[in-house]
Amino acid sequence: MFFWSLVLIAVGIFSSFIYGRSRIKLNSKKQGTKSKSLPNYYAQYVLIWCLFPALIVYFSWAIFQEQIIQNIVISKFEFIEGAVYNEGLLLAEIRNVANNPSFADGKSIEIINAASHYSSLRQISQISFYTSIIIIMLLGALYASQKLKPEFHAQHTIERYIQYILIFCSSVAIFTTIGIVFSLIFESLRFFAEVSIFEFLFSTEWYPFIPIREGQTAAEGSFGAVPIFAGTFLVMVVAMCVAAPLGLLTAIYLAEYASKRVRKTVKPLLEILAGIPTIVYGFFAFVSVAPFVKAFGQSFGIDASPTSALAAGMVMGVMIIPFISSLSDDVINSVPQSLREASLGIGANKAETIKKVILPAALPGIVGAFLLAISRAIGETMIVVVAAGTAPNLTGNPFENVTTVTVQIVVALIGDQEFDNPRTLSAFALGLVLFVITLFLNIIALQIVKRYRERYE
Amino acid sequence: MNNSVAKEKIISLRKKRSLEDMRFKYYGFTAMCLSLAVLVFLLYTIFSKGYTAFQKTIVLLEVDYNQEVLKLTPDSSVEEMEKGKFFRVKKQAIENFFPDLSKSDIKLVKKLFSINVDNEIKDYFLDNPEVINTKQQIWVTAHSDVDQLLKGNSRRDVPEDRRKLNDIQLSYVDQLVEEKRVKQVFNNFFFTKADSRHPEIAGVAGSFMGSLFTLFTVFILSFPIAIGASVYLEEFAPKNRITELIEVNISNLAAVPSIVFGLLGLGVLLNVFGLPRSTPLVGGSVLALMTLPTIIIACRASLKAVPPSIKEGALAVGATKTQAVFHHVVPLALPGTLTGTIIGLAQALGETAPLIMIGMIAFIPNIPTGLTEPSAALPVQIYLWVESAERGFQEKSAAAIMVILIFLFMMNAIAVFLRNRFERKW
Amino acid sequence: MSNSKILANGVDVYYGSKQALFGISMDIKEKEVTALIGPSGCGKSTFLRCINRMNDLIDICKVSGSIKVDNEEIISEKTDVVSLRSKIGMVFQKPNPFPKSIFDNVAYGPTIHGLVDSKNDLEEIVHSSLKKAGLFDEVKDRLNEPGTSLSGGQQQRLCIARAIAVNPEIILMDEPCSALDPIATAIIEELIDELRLNYTIIIVTHSMQQAARVSQKTCFFHLGELIETGETNKIFTNPDNTKTQDYITGRFG
Repeated sequence: MFFWSLVLIAVGIFSSFIYGRSRIKLNSKKQGTKSKSLPNYYAQYVLIWCLFPALIVYFSWAIFQEQIIQNIVISKFEFIEGAVYNEGLLLAEIRNVANNPSFADGKSIEIINAASHYSSLRQISQISFYTSIIIIMLLGALYASQKLKPEFHAQHTIERYIQYILIFCSSVAIFTTIGIVFSLIFESLRFFAEVSIFEFLFSTEWYPFIPIREGQTAAEGSFGAVPIFAGTFLVMVVAMCVAAPLGLLTAIYLAEYASKRVRKTVKPLLEILAGIPTIVYGFFAFVSVAPFVKAFGQSFGIDASPTSALAAGMVMGVMIIPFISSLSDDVINSVPQSLREASLGIGANKAETIKKVILPAALPGIVGAFLLAISRAIGETMIVVVAAGTAPNLTGNPFENVTTVTVQIVVALIGDQEFDNPRTLSAFALGLVLFVITLFLNIIALQIVKRYRERYE
Repeated sequence: MNNSVAKEKIISLRKKRSLEDMRFKYYGFTAMCLSLAVLVFLLYTIFSKGYTAFQKTIVLLEVDYNQEVLKLTPDSSVEEMEKGKFFRVKKQAIENFFPDLSKSDIKLVKKLFSINVDNEIKDYFLDNPEVINTKQQIWVTAHSDVDQLLKGNSRRDVPEDRRKLNDIQLSYVDQLVEEKRVKQVFNNFFFTKADSRHPEIAGVAGSFMGSLFTLFTVFILSFPIAIGASVYLEEFAPKNRITELIEVNISNLAAVPSIVFGLLGLGVLLNVFGLPRSTPLVGGSVLALMTLPTIIIACRASLKAVPPSIKEGALAVGATKTQAVFHHVVPLALPGTLTGTIIGLAQALGETAPLIMIGMIAFIPNIPTGLTEPSAALPVQIYLWVESAERGFQEKSAAAIMVILIFLFMMNAIAVFLRNRFERKW
Repeated sequence: MSNSKILANGVDVYYGSKQALFGISMDIKEKEVTALIGPSGCGKSTFLRCINRMNDLIDICKVSGSIKVDNEEIISEKTDVVSLRSKIGMVFQKPNPFPKSIFDNVAYGPTIHGLVDSKNDLEEIVHSSLKKAGLFDEVKDRLNEPGTSLSGGQQQRLCIARAIAVNPEIILMDEPCSALDPIATAIIEELIDELRLNYTIIIVTHSMQQAARVSQKTCFFHLGELIETGETNKIFTNPDNTKTQDYITGRFG
């Protein structure tokens, strides 16, 4: 299917282009006037009308065909009273039988019927797919060819189409944001229909196990997210304790003390640190740092768990060092040279200049950088999933297991997803909180940095 | 008198101050070195934990391809050979592996071999059908527990009940080593097989292909859209509220946590549009939306770098604005855009969380062949292996990390190459 | 006024709220070289860029008044800027060849306007334009080399060839020699003198000597106003206005 539709499209491109070109040349010769635009623009015009509608059909077909066929098959399926079906497994079975007749041995009659139904639907879909594509291409070309007159300004039209395409491209970002907000709010509303928002924000018990079947004896689920927020905060604090001093001091050293050669070698190395995927940091935390933290805790008589806020936080701190150092480096470099010279000129040494003049001047920028780093740390997922644990402990002890917002989102969505169960929906409520907080931090940070930049420009 | 005291004071203060200066510089230097040391330690950890995964342990097994046991004849067709009873041959070979094995020991010895041995015996036969009714010495894959023991990754000095191999099995392994019937060779499985429940035959081929398909989707979607958006914002957009809104939107989108994009994929692409779960198509779409801001920012920077005089030159000979932009400005900005795109792709390659959300975390034991087939991706594979309790998967996860890091390194090298080769200074 | 090519009447230009030109009125004759002189920032380049509507590129720039080219109003929404610019070529202060081959640089205009039907025609246009720009002999063996590999003077002549290739009637030159050495300048000046036979040329220049050498008419701008306009000889020897006198004798500028 894929190959032949490509061939079809290629033929469409080629023939519509040639057709458009020769047609306009012919028409302008007939009328004895020069066409308003170059022949190629008319060719492109035909091509766009021939191809664009066809492509839309093509993609929607490719995306929705399987879905629709499956729905029809299921709706026509002869369910046997009293038997329990799993829709996904059933569909897989039907598809297997349809694709591979040898699997039919020993399958029940309703499955075999459904499979033949499935294959016949597929066949119908294939045939109607090709015919509709061809018809749409021809219709498009027909419409376009009516316009192929020398007085028609094809170039203007093409350029207008290009504008539309460009506008569409730039609005993808807007659509993305709308999609995020829409999906988060929509599913969160469903969540808050079952769990009160006050319980979610202020209660301290997080046991998201709701009885799935009636009569199950598990306790009612409880969705107090405070321990999760506390865990996120704890890990973030640990991370910033590592990253803030190391990142800032590194930036100061690189900006004020280091020779050009050192800068040139260290900066790319720090960029490597920034480019390492977070799951790699997770591995590192799990394999190296967590056992070390545990041993360290035990040597002080503290009973540390194998995964802990400290291990996750420390590694996360390492992850955001390059983030802080490069942002602070920019900020420090944009402090005007004249301030430096003024301070050095009255006999202050470098350290005094940095501490008393440069850092105060750069403070807003550095605060902005820290806020961005905090937002990063809060949104980071893989390190904490691997190294922080999943137990919702309300604790300030960094040697203990804690859990974070991102971890709970992952936990809620791994495995069975049931969109009528608050356990699954809680992921979206937590996602909404995460989105709002990070957005808030970013807007503030960008505002601070922007105002800081304006001051020195 | 007073004067000299003051002078002394100043001098001692100056000493103190310069000491302070030295100390401060030293702090900065230490911080920098610490950060770099962590990087070295990180890479060292990965290498030391992972390099063993590139080797596998194989065992010499004597197999008797007896036609009766196999239920085949010398002139069986290939289809018949496919259905030969190779598991019986294997069973026999293991029973005769050590002389005079008791029944309970046979069970234990059997656990020294990989589940894949049946296939290896079969493949050997299919390649050399003439060996029927002969005895062949074949190197077959050992079980992961043996592999880990011989690589020194699992220790033998812990109590028996906390070991995977008990004392009897250990003695057999030692015997094999003594008789030189085991050796370590290059682990081709790691590069040719997909995920498996059995560490010794688990590989990255499946997740690697999944990542490639995902990256392909990301590129196909994000590159043209990013160029379109940047060209519009940089060259055509009127300066008004809506344009400003789009720009603010893009810069904020760049800072949204990746996991939120995963929720977008789950809530909209899967639940509303009904796209197929766990596939590179959905994974790639989500990551494309995520990397779009990065690429747009890079693309706009390189569009800005093209001097306006080029565009003016084109306009002055009567080109329309669209022509001037697409004939001259965009081609000149392309290398910079491509560099930005590759960096965006590198970022997408390492992303794990959004892929977990859209179900690319399912256990997929075969290598995907298309965009709409369920598949894994490298970082998710690493996550699955890190989380796995089985000892043999830990070295696999470290080795998979090496693969992904090399992949990333190559992408960045290409980006740097493109930048140096094609980006012109004006 | 029979052979008046460009007729400007009361042209005002604003950059945002700042007025850059005040009621410029001017009459430019066909097949003559008109030089616009004046101290920097006096608005002579701004006026030049009104004639082919290059000021459209600057968002905050507003032009009012009337400029007629061949009796057709061009300061209007309805003007087809593209055909206007193909009628009026422009050469910029700094040579700005496209980063493409020499051939493609010249061929670009004819191609987008569809002036040619065949490869041979295109080649002919390129060659003749390069010849008219006095560059052909120097580059005929390396038409496929990038235009940016030429020397500054050659690049500027390439830009002139590029402008000529679309067969304009008017050529605007915005300080075409300011980035060139004296020898290259002399070559360009000679070229301008030759081009005068076929084209109406308006040249903005900083150098009064250059204006005196190449132009027939000279217009003196000061602080956004057109102070004096007339025969070049008269302006340089016996200007009516004392400001012109002061500028020419070097009292300010």
